[in-house]
Amino acid sequence: MRTLTTPFIVLSAGMLFVSPWIINAAPYESTMGLVQKVFYFHFPAAIMFLLAALICGVNSFRFLFFRKQSADGWALAAAELGLLFGALTLVTGPLWARKAWGVWWVWDPRLTSSLLLWMIFGAYVLLRQYGGPGSERLSAGMALFGMLNVPFIYYSVNVWRTLHPQTSVVPTLPTDMGIPLWFCFAAFSMLFTALLTLRATLEHQRVRVEALYLLEDEV
Amino acid sequence: MIGSFLRVAWHVMRKDLTVEVRSREVLFTTLFFAVSVVLVFSFAIVREGRAPDDVAAGILWVAISFAGTLAMGRTFERERYNDTLRALILAPADRPAIYMGKLLGLLLLMLLVEAVLLPLVALLFSAPILAFPVHLTLLLTAGTFGFCAVGTLFAAMLVRVRSRDTLLPVLLYPITIPVMIAGVRGTAALFQAAPDEPMARFWIGLLVFWDAVFVTLALWTFEPVMTE
Repeated sequence: MRTLTTPFIVLSAGMLFVSPWIINAAPYESTMGLVQKVFYFHFPAAIMFLLAALICGVNSFRFLFFRKQSADGWALAAAELGLLFGALTLVTGPLWARKAWGVWWVWDPRLTSSLLLWMIFGAYVLLRQYGGPGSERLSAGMALFGMLNVPFIYYSVNVWRTLHPQTSVVPTLPTDMGIPLWFCFAAFSMLFTALLTLRATLEHQRVRVEALYLLEDEV
Repeated sequence: MIGSFLRVAWHVMRKDLTVEVRSREVLFTTLFFAVSVVLVFSFAIVREGRAPDDVAAGILWVAISFAGTLAMGRTFERERYNDTLRALILAPADRPAIYMGKLLGLLLLMLLVEAVLLPLVALLFSAPILAFPVHLTLLLTAGTFGFCAVGTLFAAMLVRVRSRDTLLPVLLYPITIPVMIAGVRGTAALFQAAPDEPMARFWIGLLVFWDAVFVTLALWTFEPVMTE
């Protein structure tokens, strides 16, 4: 995966650079007009946000129950990316909502649970930052609780009648809107993968350096 | 198997309560703090002897969550200070049973605090607490149980971590907000001018669901996270 990092970053940078033109070429949505174009960034960011929660949760599970030391680095990387892509989701969402619903924010189940998940990522990163030694296990436990939120966020719009569009919107999109959407999605996925790999590698190296220092002290 | 689990949980809970009965430290400080929180709210909100409608439920639950955080921090601080948590973990007993004992002890303590808080909120914010006593008891018990289930796990894990006092609420609140929402909405449905009993029952059901999820996950993770 390491060898793919550089091409992924270059490619996604190029794609994100040209994405405004591609999004501009897509037709206007009949009821929402221009503001609907936020969707081409909002949807990929939101999916990466949920993906980060899943990766963080699964790796925390491997770290806690199977003692896979390297899984902890992946979990930390995913948590930090979750914070980043969650922020993107939570910023682009209200921009759209202001125009589509007339308010910046409503406390509907999907919005509330997304905000909670973002706060859980925030708490996770704070704990890693200020918890000192011993905080890895605790934050892994925290991530498992955070992962509970993911199916809840994804299905909330179908279960409750909320303002947020349902999950059926994306598969039924017309082709000329689908192309820019999946173009942006590909760019976001590559960016996510590259950042995740880089951050996890950095964390693994940090752990190794620390272990070497300890070894030197013992000798 | 179940018998030994319950026996260990019972012993841990009795130990905690015995320590508490002798010092009464956590009960008194938590109670005093919870009462102060309610009073602060009443000074901030009540105007000319009249509280705005529908605030009682929110204030009750805010006081419970603040006081609960204080209590769970203190119970584990005591274990850490005397270095007895290590002894507890070393004991040849199921770790989940130890967790359950701790949780039940904390729950009992919080229910005592709530028994004082409830009449106080009724008095200051004119909340009709006697209209649906069974529903209200169920809501409070289920809500407190869910809150303490997560809190006991995190407080136990935080014992070994730096700046644990500030981190406990930081970790606890984002995760327990679903419980808080269900508790506040259910209680508000009972306290409003025209009580909505089916609504309260819906929120009680949701609280029981969250309790089951949280306790299962906590029992499951307590063992690996408490291993040195």
